[in-house]
Amino acid sequence: MSALSSDSVEEYLEAIYTFNERGEPAKNVELARRLRVSPPSVTQMIKRLAAEGLVEYEPYKGATLTGRGMALAQKVVRKHRLLERFLHDFLGLRQDRVHEEACKLEHSLSDEAAAALCKALDSPETCPDDGNPIPPCTLDVEDCAQCAEAREREGESFRLLTQLSNLKPGEEGVVAFIRGGTTACQRLLDMGLTCGTRVRVVNAAPFRGPIEIAVRGSTLALGRRLAGHVFVEIEDDSTAHRRIHPHGPHHGRERRGWRR
Amino acid sequence: MEKIEGGRLRVALAGNANVGKSVIFNQLTGLHQHVGNWPGKTVERAEGSLSFGGYTIDVVDLPGIYSLSTYSIEELISREYIAVERPDVLINVVDASVLERNLFFTLQLLELEPRMVVALNQVDLAESKGIHVDAVKLSELLEVPVVPTVATKNIGLQELMRKVIEVARGEWKHPAPIRYGSEVEGRIEALTEAVRGVETPYPPRWVAIKLLEGDDEIKRIVYRLKPSVEEVVERLKREIEEIHGHDAASVIASERYAVASRIAAEASVHRVPRRTLADRLDEATSHPVLGYVFMAAVVLAVFYAIFTFGDYTSGLIGEGFEALRAIYEGCFGSGPVAAFVWDGLVEGIIAGVTIALPYIVPFYVALSVLEDSGYLARIAFLMDSAMHKIGLHGKGFIPMMLGFGCNVPACLGCRIMETERERLICAFVASLIPCAARSIVIMGLVAEYVGFEWAIALYLIDFVLIFALGRLAFKVVPGEPMGLIMEMPAYRRPTLRVTASRTWFKLKDFVNTAFPIMIAGNLVIQLASLVGLLDLVQGALSPVTVGWLGLPAAAGVTLIFGVLRKELTLILLAALLGTSNFALVLTPTQMFIFAFVVMIYVPCIATIAVLVKEFGYKRAAIISLTEIGLAVALGGILLRILTLLGFG
Repeated sequence: MSALSSDSVEEYLEAIYTFNERGEPAKNVELARRLRVSPPSVTQMIKRLAAEGLVEYEPYKGATLTGRGMALAQKVVRKHRLLERFLHDFLGLRQDRVHEEACKLEHSLSDEAAAALCKALDSPETCPDDGNPIPPCTLDVEDCAQCAEAREREGESFRLLTQLSNLKPGEEGVVAFIRGGTTACQRLLDMGLTCGTRVRVVNAAPFRGPIEIAVRGSTLALGRRLAGHVFVEIEDDSTAHRRIHPHGPHHGRERRGWRR
Repeated sequence: MEKIEGGRLRVALAGNANVGKSVIFNQLTGLHQHVGNWPGKTVERAEGSLSFGGYTIDVVDLPGIYSLSTYSIEELISREYIAVERPDVLINVVDASVLERNLFFTLQLLELEPRMVVALNQVDLAESKGIHVDAVKLSELLEVPVVPTVATKNIGLQELMRKVIEVARGEWKHPAPIRYGSEVEGRIEALTEAVRGVETPYPPRWVAIKLLEGDDEIKRIVYRLKPSVEEVVERLKREIEEIHGHDAASVIASERYAVASRIAAEASVHRVPRRTLADRLDEATSHPVLGYVFMAAVVLAVFYAIFTFGDYTSGLIGEGFEALRAIYEGCFGSGPVAAFVWDGLVEGIIAGVTIALPYIVPFYVALSVLEDSGYLARIAFLMDSAMHKIGLHGKGFIPMMLGFGCNVPACLGCRIMETERERLICAFVASLIPCAARSIVIMGLVAEYVGFEWAIALYLIDFVLIFALGRLAFKVVPGEPMGLIMEMPAYRRPTLRVTASRTWFKLKDFVNTAFPIMIAGNLVIQLASLVGLLDLVQGALSPVTVGWLGLPAAAGVTLIFGVLRKELTLILLAALLGTSNFALVLTPTQMFIFAFVVMIYVPCIATIAVLVKEFGYKRAAIISLTEIGLAVALGGILLRILTLLGFG
């Protein structure tokens, strides 16, 4: 896992994220241009990331982040965009300067400090230079008043969380919390998505349609937006990603459950 | 309830959706049942009776739900029924193949402290998934009788009823509701004491739990009777939240699930399952490419089957009635009185029998099969993303699709949506879909005399309108928009018995509610025509029809009769204008506008009847009037645009 924490992996994940957030896979040539490296070294890195279970790679189409890759990417992109806001709003740096500066700082910022920065900036929603949304806070809080307390619980480095909607077919996560106290969330609890429950994504409908998940021995379809309310922890288990098959939903579909 | 008066028992069936509850209901009651609605709700209420062991047993099939919260009307209805009507015995139908999630509901039922029997259904399906549930062990853990059943094959139902009678006679002691973890349990007990004196139909412990869960309905009842409780509830909730770091509702749900999970684990054994045919079918039908191909095939097949059957039968019945009319006229002549009796009284029944029934019967059959087999859930899964564009989720696709044939089954099909809000939006949108009758007008008038591309233009305008109005309705109809949360049931073979009996009883219900409206509507229009009121109306309408819409005056009467059957407008128009070569009497623009108005204005009487049945008079009227207003307003605007563009 040591390679995964390196700055260059984070840079790659960040770059792939910027493509994926627009709903498109990251092509090798485009990644090479963006990261200013040679196409062969991109190919090599993508292979490594795929082997680590961080991206799914389809030849000629490009790379998309797995849930695990997404969780890591969200962390670093969040730091990046928060830093941009800080540099721009607080320190008054020029808009075209903040990106590069943030790129250097983001890798050394702890999760705890990033959360504190978010609080100090009054939880901004978009970054200043291109208006892209800042990935969501992964603390189990209702509002920013609970931020300090939640930060305290998590420590310097937070758990690896992402929304259930980001998981790829075959991936698993453990429900950490559901954000938003609507009746729909009550419904999710009723259907068994309580904290600490293991869920596995079985299938995903195309066109950003619903996802199908296996939970407590049953199979549910969840609308993508609704699944975006559910934050799951990606376990730091080096065997976990081996279950992920690169070619989609039709492997490992056996209904697992009853894990007691 | 220790003594049962007159050997009569009231039993209710409760359980999750897709557990085979209605199969059990059908097996138990056979033809002795009645399907209607819960008072004032669009939720189906099925009741029936059977004789068993010297008792007459009345059975109510409660809606399939997952919890006793206030998420849906179904949940409210169920918990009120159980607590207020107090059935002698509650049968909780549990799906053995999804035991843990089902037990979550069982535990909630036990908190209402009913006399209960568990029907452990679909044990065959569970075995095929590699799950063996020990009914005896489960019974020990839950402290209620547990009977393994396979309802589709009528296995275990006799034993189930024997247990029901044992429980009704008081041969089983009341089961104890589950205990929560000590921090929560202590607070539930404290609150139970605080609400003990408050008069509600519910057990105090259940009230206490619901208050901690933040149940709005229970809060309203209790706080009105004893306002001081609110402070206690808020304090206890805060304490729970401080200890667990999550809100009280999710802590309670988690603990309840922990108990369900422990019981499920203790009472069942798991093997690695073999891959079954159902698994393979599931993979193929929810595949991102193949799934759509398969769906298109199924949808087209269903559509084709319903409408060829409908068309054929409708024609046949129509001919039958014509022959009958000839005989009638032979007996009574064709004088004004005889003609009125036929047109005013019989014609309404004919409209119902020839238009509605031939389409509704196959529709009910198809919907029942799609639902029971589990395929409906796959369609909803695949179409969710597309349907979101008009503010509905995936299940709404079914009524939309059916609307192209006939709006009547489309509006009936809106029941598959979960909330009242979504049913209403869905029905409103479905009533705008150009049905076969409207297509006759569009094709017969516009495509024939103006040009095919103009007919296509009409359809396109309609789709844009549906899209825009769907979004608008989504914004203005009150209530919380709902994302898709739906169980994907394993594929099952639908049974003939269930499909047949469900179709039969729904049909009976439809005839009872919709036919009177159709007959009365027809009678009113015929009467008006007879006393010359229609000419008056036509005169009154002419500023709109002639002035605003630029149509000939005869269009007024045509449009009124069109409410009965939309394809009538074309026939009537030909009769009034004295020719069926419309090119001689109407300009292309007039034809286009006329077809447009027919397409949008007010649903036909059969559809209105369904809307009344599903949503009540008020909302049916709102939908109808909105559509009339829309047709007139847009028709006039369209005319002016066309004139501006140089079409005369």
